[in-house]
Amino acid sequence: MITEIIFILLSVASVVGALMVVFSRNTIHCVLYLILTFFTIAGHYIMLNAQFLAIVHIIVYSGAIMVLFLFVVMMMNLNKDNEPQKSDMAKFIAVLTGGLFLISLVALSKAFVTNNTGLVAVSDIGLVSNLGKILFDKYVFPFEISSVLFISAMAGAIILTKKDPTLQ
Amino acid sequence: MIPIAMNLINQNAYLILCTVLFSIGIIGVLFRRNFIAVIMCIELMLNAVNLLIASYAAHSGNAEGQIMVFFIMVVAAAEVAIGLALMVLIYRNTGTTDIESLSQLKG
Repeated sequence: MITEIIFILLSVASVVGALMVVFSRNTIHCVLYLILTFFTIAGHYIMLNAQFLAIVHIIVYSGAIMVLFLFVVMMMNLNKDNEPQKSDMAKFIAVLTGGLFLISLVALSKAFVTNNTGLVAVSDIGLVSNLGKILFDKYVFPFEISSVLFISAMAGAIILTKKDPTLQ
Repeated sequence: MIPIAMNLINQNAYLILCTVLFSIGIIGVLFRRNFIAVIMCIELMLNAVNLLIASYAAHSGNAEGQIMVFFIMVVAAAEVAIGLALMVLIYRNTGTTDIESLSQLKG
């Protein structure tokens, strides 16, 4: 019973946060509501017995990615007045498209309803020792490749944003 | 160690929740003209998919789904770094955050 109440509270908070990300005018408020949504998703991970995933999610998303967003927003000096807005027709079409997508996906999901009500016996799969064994045993090659991806992303970001003295 | 005592919620509830979050992300991509908001909505969609994969992994008692969520997080972090670098570059050249200022790229 308590699990259902926590789930409903977290779900309402995440959906409201996501809606405020879309409909809030001020970009700083968008970033803050997105951080709220990410925290509630971390709560969902804990509910799913994925504790290490929840911690990594908080560190990576709320700690690194959203700080990057906040830096960029502050650097660009955005505010409500120079925020570009679409026309009302385009906004209406956007909401209509998303709503139709939602309805069709929900209708489609009725086709493969699983009556999987939980109570899985193996509930320590989300702990770090178990995940580390799998990650460094079976998935060690993708792990190393992802380090190459990070190095190239880091170098790419630095090279892209560096001011080119020959252009000025 | 965090104690593990909770029962799992029904899979269909996660399916509905993740579909709603993904659709809100799609609405946001179509709704906003500020390109930072568009990237944030893409992050929202990635998170919805991650949550769905994690819920399926938990319900099937399989830890490899959680490894897949890790790799999606890795790619999302790299994507955000490159995307924001490009956005800073575009802002420096055009002086606006309007995504429709990029329509001059066409032919």
